[in-house]
Amino acid sequence: MKLLQELRDAGQGRDLDALLARIPYARFMGLRVELLGDEIITVLPFAPHLVGNPNLPAIHGGVVGAILEMTSVLQLLYDTSCERLPKTIDVSFDYLRYGRCKTIYGRAIVTRRGRRVANVRSELWQEHRDTPIALSHGHFLLSPLRA
Amino acid sequence: LSSRDGGDNDHERACAVSREDLAEHFISVPYAAALGVTLVSLSDTHCEMAVPYAEHLVGDPDTGVIHGGVVTALLDNAAGLAAFRKGRDHLDEAVATLDMRIDYLSSAQPGRAIIARADCYKRTHNVVFVRAYAYHDSIADPIAVCNATFMVGTPNTPQDPPAAAP
Repeated sequence: MKLLQELRDAGQGRDLDALLARIPYARFMGLRVELLGDEIITVLPFAPHLVGNPNLPAIHGGVVGAILEMTSVLQLLYDTSCERLPKTIDVSFDYLRYGRCKTIYGRAIVTRRGRRVANVRSELWQEHRDTPIALSHGHFLLSPLRA
Repeated sequence: LSSRDGGDNDHERACAVSREDLAEHFISVPYAAALGVTLVSLSDTHCEMAVPYAEHLVGDPDTGVIHGGVVTALLDNAAGLAAFRKGRDHLDEAVATLDMRIDYLSSAQPGRAIIARADCYKRTHNVVFVRAYAYHDSIADPIAVCNATFMVGTPNTPQDPPAAAP
């Protein structure tokens, strides 16, 4: 069973919410997507199981990393028809502020998309769009669909 | 843990918790508990944690492979514990992840637990450097390799939210 092909067959090739509904880890996190033209905004509503530091309290750094990575991959999937999910080769995270117990928003910019590899930068924010809580840049292995 | 009535030394003693207690705290925070993280081994400069395979952590339903975000979280958790100072393991001081870089060398195998080993290899007054590996059987055959830096001595109390930009 090929997930992306099934979604294309069902006319949901660019329906990222339909994709997320089929990925157990995305359901576990509670990740959603909103579209702004051809740009996607990932939305992670706060949930108690996402906490990594109960003293502050703050969202776990691993959640922040995962959402940065997922934001990058979702933008790639929205831009390109892929045979398989893009594979992370490497990713570098900058943690700027701790994640408060509020909704996290994310967006990604594909800085270069080659035939095999894409370079993607992502950022997350909470209350204010111009005070990001974390940034990432990563390289992803692509498997473009043969025309 | 947070009695501040005594002198500095009393305060240190009151705050001191063993590395084992600290490790227990790290694996019991809500997100680590939700992932099912367990402690494998611990010393003054290293720690090993594991996350068991579970259906709700799958990132690619075609292959059943666990999502990379789980590996990221496990590495972050293990590296954070390794970054705490020996003898200064009190919880009113936090370590804050500054930067983390992960290379994904091979896919995790479905159905198998993932282990992360983190070693602290340099400690300065403000910054701690940690290297961590995620693997199944042997550190020589890693799933992912991670370098992380942490700021130490960060207050572990709520900070004012960022002000709106003018």
